Amino acid sequence: MRLIPSAGGGCNSDAAGMAILVVSGLRKSFGSTEVLKGIDLSIAERELVFIIGPSGSGKSTLLRCLNRLEEPSRGSVTFDGVEVTARGTDLNALRRSMGMVFQSFNLYPHMTALGNVTLALRRVLRKPRREAEALGRNALAGVGLADKALSYPSELSGGQQQRVAIARALALDPKIVLFDEPTSALDPELVGSVLAVMRDLKRRGMTMLVVSHELRFAREAADRVVFIDEGRIVEEGSADTIFSAPRERRTKAFVAQLMR
Amino acid sequence: MTNWQRFVETFFKPEMLRQYWPSIAHGVLVTVEIAAAVVVTGLLLGLLLASLRAYRWQAVNVLIVIFVDVFRALPPLVAILLIYFGLPGVGINLPSFVVLWLVLSLVLAAFAEEIFWAGITSTAKGQWEAARSTGLSFSQTLAFVVMPQAIRLGVPPLTNRTIAITKNTALGTVIGVGEILNQATAAQSFSGNATPLMMGAVAYVLLFVPVVVVGRWIETRFAWRRA
Repeated sequence: MRLIPSAGGGCNSDAAGMAILVVSGLRKSFGSTEVLKGIDLSIAERELVFIIGPSGSGKSTLLRCLNRLEEPSRGSVTFDGVEVTARGTDLNALRRSMGMVFQSFNLYPHMTALGNVTLALRRVLRKPRREAEALGRNALAGVGLADKALSYPSELSGGQQQRVAIARALALDPKIVLFDEPTSALDPELVGSVLAVMRDLKRRGMTMLVVSHELRFAREAADRVVFIDEGRIVEEGSADTIFSAPRERRTKAFVAQLMR
Repeated sequence: MTNWQRFVETFFKPEMLRQYWPSIAHGVLVTVEIAAAVVVTGLLLGLLLASLRAYRWQAVNVLIVIFVDVFRALPPLVAILLIYFGLPGVGINLPSFVVLWLVLSLVLAAFAEEIFWAGITSTAKGQWEAARSTGLSFSQTLAFVVMPQAIRLGVPPLTNRTIAITKNTALGTVIGVGEILNQATAAQSFSGNATPLMMGAVAYVLLFVPVVVVGRWIETRFAWRRA
């Protein structure tokens, strides 16, 4: 582990602690198409980093390489002192401490909200049912859904489903949460409830890596914004810098499109 | 004798009904026993094979696919005769009801495997990813997340298939399993009257109509709210 200086220009330096996630030279190819062309990125403890970029730029693939839902082709990922990309790494143990939230929620449709949240507590952490349910109800209360514990996903709105998914990740007490476009599948009026939960997480000091185009939320909460295009990091800096005064031509073009 | 009297004499002769109802009842018992054993064995074996296939071990999968294709293609009667009259030639003597149970179970397993497998492959990729991202192993994800959904998807086609296979217990008559049809044909040849056959037919209807009704209930119950 190493200390990183307050990364990028004009960051909230008070938010940055020790580097907890270090990505270096990460490459990923699907067949002959190289999607990630050498990514170097370091995330500090308690930092909230936004990743933006055009669709197909490799943002989601990057996120999924971090917990090896996708197998990186080359390069390394180190998380909390453990080399994720090493051959013998216990991935199941590692993934417990790296929460992930998906664009399409991916709740288990045959289980209640509580069942969704407690499955890994019971089967991975081997908690007894009663303890798992107490932790699960706690996690659901944390996202404002204490009263929906026994509802099935099909009985919940999109925003509620996504908050259950966040509770599912948080119940395992992860050290980082990876958000893959958490609000993209939501109706506009439901986005707010999910962002409120993320804002609360940020306030409680959770380390977060967020692929999203929620500009206003990025300006308000992100310590750093990283712009990725064609599998490379083009530019990174504070939200203000990236959205108001980007240096690179491609960043300017993309941001201009976002603002429209 | 009027035509009506002749009809009653042929299909519903009272003495025949009295004389043969115990053997038909015994046949019903045998049919129920074998059908229940076939359903349990066939569905469990199908579930096991589909689960194995999910691991995508090349050699195992080739064997599973060969087994499934052969038993879906082969008429059950042919398999029954082949095993019952063939195996003694190599020194293996299986009781006739074992042969019937075995063949029907294998046929049901072959169809059930395909149905469960279709359910596994149609479960969204995101389900796997979500489960694995919380630290569940492949096997745990299969057992707790994917299989329950695959089974639900499979219930309607499985209900039909299970009814079709259990009716095939009637094939046991050709190798002398004492099930309904066997009792009925034996009685018919002793008596020279079709009443026992009619009793057999009625027994099948009484036995399987409830099964069909329950099957329909299961289908509607499992036709299900998807997220």
